[in-house]
Amino acid sequence: MVPAITAEKLTKKFGDFTAVNQITFEVQKGEIFGFLGANGAGKTTAMRMLNGLSRPTSGQASVAGFDVYRETEKIKKHIGYMSQKFSLYEDLTVRENIQFYGGIYGLPGREIRHQIKELIGGLGMQEYANTLVKAIPLGWKQKLSFSIAIMHRPEIVFLDEPTGGVDPITRRQFWEMIYKAASEGMTIFVTTHYMDESEYCGRVSIMVDGRIAALDTPRALKEQFGASSMNDVFLQLTRPNQKES
Amino acid sequence: MNDTTMPTTQAIQVESLSKRYGKNAQALSQVSFEVGRGELFGLIGPDGAGKTTLIRILATLLLADEGQARVNGWEVRRDYRKIRSHIGYMPGRFSLYQDLSVEENLHFFATIFGTTIKENYELIHDIYVQLEPFRKRKAGKLSGGMKQKLALCCALIHKPVVLLLDEPTTGVDPVSRQEFWEMLKRLKEKDITILVSTPYMDEASLCDRVALIQKGNILSIDEPGGIVSAFDKPLLAVRTNDMYRLIQDLREFESAHSAFPFGEYVHLALRNSIWPEAIHAYLAGKEHTGIEIKPAQATIEDAFMELMTQE
Amino acid sequence: MKQFGIFIRKELYHIFRDRRTLLILLGMPIVLVLLFGFAITNEIDNARIAVLDQSKGEMSQELTQRLVASGYFLIDENLWEVAEIEQHFREGKTKMAIVFPPELQENLRRNLPTQIQLIADATDPNTATTLINYASAIIGQYIQEQARGQAAPMQITTEVKMLYNPRLKSVFMFVPGVMTVILMLVSAMMTSIAITREKEIGTMEVLLASPLRPAMIIIGKVIPYILLALANTVVILMLGTFVFGMPIKGSLLLLALECLLFVITSLALGILISTRTESQQVAMLISLMMLMLPTILLSGFIFPIESMPLALQVISNIIPAKWFIIILKNVMLKGTGMEFVWKESLILGGMALFFIGASVRNFKIRLE
Repeated sequence: MVPAITAEKLTKKFGDFTAVNQITFEVQKGEIFGFLGANGAGKTTAMRMLNGLSRPTSGQASVAGFDVYRETEKIKKHIGYMSQKFSLYEDLTVRENIQFYGGIYGLPGREIRHQIKELIGGLGMQEYANTLVKAIPLGWKQKLSFSIAIMHRPEIVFLDEPTGGVDPITRRQFWEMIYKAASEGMTIFVTTHYMDESEYCGRVSIMVDGRIAALDTPRALKEQFGASSMNDVFLQLTRPNQKES
Repeated sequence: MNDTTMPTTQAIQVESLSKRYGKNAQALSQVSFEVGRGELFGLIGPDGAGKTTLIRILATLLLADEGQARVNGWEVRRDYRKIRSHIGYMPGRFSLYQDLSVEENLHFFATIFGTTIKENYELIHDIYVQLEPFRKRKAGKLSGGMKQKLALCCALIHKPVVLLLDEPTTGVDPVSRQEFWEMLKRLKEKDITILVSTPYMDEASLCDRVALIQKGNILSIDEPGGIVSAFDKPLLAVRTNDMYRLIQDLREFESAHSAFPFGEYVHLALRNSIWPEAIHAYLAGKEHTGIEIKPAQATIEDAFMELMTQE
Repeated sequence: MKQFGIFIRKELYHIFRDRRTLLILLGMPIVLVLLFGFAITNEIDNARIAVLDQSKGEMSQELTQRLVASGYFLIDENLWEVAEIEQHFREGKTKMAIVFPPELQENLRRNLPTQIQLIADATDPNTATTLINYASAIIGQYIQEQARGQAAPMQITTEVKMLYNPRLKSVFMFVPGVMTVILMLVSAMMTSIAITREKEIGTMEVLLASPLRPAMIIIGKVIPYILLALANTVVILMLGTFVFGMPIKGSLLLLALECLLFVITSLALGILISTRTESQQVAMLISLMMLMLPTILLSGFIFPIESMPLALQVISNIIPAKWFIIILKNVMLKGTGMEFVWKESLILGGMALFFIGASVRNFKIRLE
């Protein structure tokens, strides 16, 4: 089976600064892959390269079987993206947001109407269907963003710092949605700096200063570092070379 | 009870505080609690729970619709000037001057509180030594963790009796978070009362006492250990190779009280004690593979969710 | 007092570290004055004209020379046929054409009524009118001279004398105008932005939760902008005086005091705006829409108030800039003293008090 994402010695330099330094990894289809690191460790830059938003300086990578140098437009068609800032329009209603994104991904009108029903029903958001997004609770926004990001059934969905600040139940509902999508064969790529989120991932990589410092299942990493939580693993990895530059 | 003349031993007293914004948004409803002198008190809850509103009322920046609140014995509405001179307040987002250097920010805040950096240097020394190498750097160019340290220094420079910190660790990397809590511990030893809010449940264990807050209501107030031990249902950690189906199946299990994913495991709370073998058999019957079942220790999150569902 | 000192110092840091804004604030007055002075002007210099001389006599030649010698006109071409005139206008080669009739010389000698035709391109009516006026004046003067000594019939000629601005230099109009706009901009817009910026970045929250008094926060924020506005005033006046020869006939002290009064009025307006807005963007929009536009359009700076519809004339009364421009013209051009501008000064002062009062009422000691 072709992996959903492969990266080999992928590198991005900004002038003298190497934001991403020769990272190599593979993500299998249907996997929930956690991409961890402190702010500024290079997570966002790496993800942009995989999204086709930023051209690598060197190295190879393919996403959904497409090359990140040559086939960025194809990549964009086959991935979904949800950012921490919620890419929803606050001044449109829930229904209008779904309509808009359905249109962007080129879904036919009939399909969009079907999705509106499906999506709102599936989330149990009937009462909010015609409410402006800015007026709905944070947890709902998050679940809605995710549903919209996977509305066009992408092969891979990128979640950029998805949770944080929501209540524990909503957070779990969100993860259940992710599990569901993964169980249907979608590949999930999550970047986060909340270490306890990473415990939910199948495998995680931890970036430190542009390099992948560790990559394995949370369980194996905890064993390897003799740690009780991913937070401890992370502290052990980053503390020695913690610095302010 | 005429408590205006009574000497107060509590650093913060909150009594039946309510606040709403506009017609529908009830930010706080009938919130009451007390924080003792020298206590490190945590306000734990998700975004929109009312933490910021509560802290702003105590910082005299908002007026409550109903109820009473006192900081160091001063009433928040009437004695706001006194409170403002004697508390340290750190708002939720970074609120220092980005175009001023570390040193200039600190000097500015020291001066407007009528003091000097020298006078209270001993209090911020531990934190400031880490900032010292960057003292000429503009605050806007600091890393997230360093910004928080600077903000804490600025809030401390006038030796406040009460420190109000609104989500100081949000958006900060794990290393800086840990360091920040270590600093709070040391400040506590210097007899400063600290009220800190956070959406991270795992930070609750670092406080002396915590209030769990959700949708403007306090769900529980206790020591972290007490909150966890109040979770009285048998709890198991279960995993199989198919996480999503596992959650669904466990919820349909007849003795299940609740089933929530917890990292690699699902926390299964039971209505009554039953043998793990029974669950094993149930899951095997549902064609799960790689079944693992072990007793689990409840966490603050388990307790929080339990309290939320009881609401 | 120490608190106050550090506050102003902090504000100055903000201003001087934001190089781009500072450059705009200090550079804009210079650019505006130069722009108005050199580019946007109603004066006519070397306007191209065409001449169709059908009389071909010495008088028409002399007249043409007179026109050229005035400096206002430049002969673009001598025409031969009437038909050429229109074509010339169409090609946009010329702004005005003069047609001397064949009988010009003859008629003038006999003291008979004579017509000289002036044709102007009125697509630009202002310029056309000015050209015709200049040309008529020159021609009229020549004819008068020719008639002198002869037994001329009774002639009535109007003699126009422009007071205070004898050469009708537009610079006299726009220096006070630009000064007003700049002072309004620096004072009202910049303070409202500076205060809302603190709200936006969240520092206002920290300041409020400190022992600083609200009045101190506001005055501390405003003082640096007073200084900046006054510096701009000096620059504009110097440019006006030394580059464009604009006189300052009245007392400099009075002028300075009036400027200060207007700056305070504008600052108070800026503060009032900032008490009602939460973001810099909104503050800027309101400042632009509600202050800058009326200041430019309704103050008499560009369009004379007397020629506005009655409703706008009434509205212009509540625009501080209108009164300030009147004061400026009086003091700078007429050299009048306080006795002639006390009324306008009083109005401005009253407005300032009103805005300050409203700001104080609106300023919140809490977040809502």
